[in-house]
Amino acid sequence: MAIEVRIPTILRSYTGGAKSVEASGSSLSEVITDLDARHPGLRGRLITDDGGLHRFVNVYVNDEDVRFTGALATSLADGDSVTILPAVAGGAR
Amino acid sequence: MLRLGRSVRDAIVEHARRDHPDEACGIVAGPAGSDTAVRFIAMLNAERSMTGYRFEGDEWRRVYLELDDRDEEPVVIYHSHTATEAFPSRTDVNRAAEYATMLPDPHYVLVSTRAPETTEFRSFRIVDGVVTEEPVEIVDDDTDPVQSYKFGHTPTSVVYDCSAGATGAAGPAGSADA
Repeated sequence: MAIEVRIPTILRSYTGGAKSVEASGSSLSEVITDLDARHPGLRGRLITDDGGLHRFVNVYVNDEDVRFTGALATSLADGDSVTILPAVAGGAR
Repeated sequence: MLRLGRSVRDAIVEHARRDHPDEACGIVAGPAGSDTAVRFIAMLNAERSMTGYRFEGDEWRRVYLELDDRDEEPVVIYHSHTATEAFPSRTDVNRAAEYATMLPDPHYVLVSTRAPETTEFRSFRIVDGVVTEEPVEIVDDDTDPVQSYKFGHTPTSVVYDCSAGATGAAGPAGSADA
C-alpha cells in the first residue's frame, strides 16, 4: 500500500533531499520499518532503543496525532499520509 | 547575533504580556538557511502553564506544513518565563539537545515578564548542552505603517532608549505602546 510520508527538513539528508517519500505498511510501525529499508537510518531518528516514538517527534496520520490513535500501532490505509515533525516544548522548570 | 525587526520584538513582548502568568511561546520564521527571522507566529501553549510550554500539536502541524511549503523554517523559537529570569532552564537545555536532531539550530529567545514594568528580552544558542547568549540587534522595520506612525516621531532616539534601558530589556519607551 502506498503511504505518502512527509519528511522534516533536517531528515532530508536521508531521502536525497525529497520533501516526501512513499512507503508501505498497514501500521505506522510497518511504514517506519519500510522507510528505514528504503532510507537507512531514518528509524533511529524516530524510534527509541526501547521501541517507542521519541518524545521530541510528533507523528500525524492525516491530521491526527498518533499519540491519540495508538502510536506505532496506528493502522494505515492506502492513500493515507504520514507527517513527521519536531515536537517543541520546554519551560521554566 | 540575532537581528529582529522592532515590530517582531514588540509582538513577542506583547504576546508574553498577554499570556502572563502563563508561559507564551511561538516562532519567528524566515527563509530556510537564511538565518533571517522575519515572520512572527504566535503559538498556542498546550500546557497552559506557568512553568512550561508545548506547541499545540494540531496548530503546529498546520504552521509547520505552511512553513515547509514556503521553504521557510523556524529561525527563532521564543517562550516566556513568568516568574524567573530570561535564561534557558535545565528543561530548556535538555529539550534543545533533543530538538537538535529535528530542527535546524534555532535562536532561542527568552522573555521574562516577572517584573511588571520591564521585560527582559534575551537570545541564546544552545548547542551540545552549552548555553551561549548572543546580542540582539533591533532594527527599524517599515513594513507596518501603524508601527512606523507610532515610532515615526523620533524613531532613532527610541532605539537608543531601548538599548540603554538595560542589556536587552525593553525600557518604558518600548512598552508604552503595548
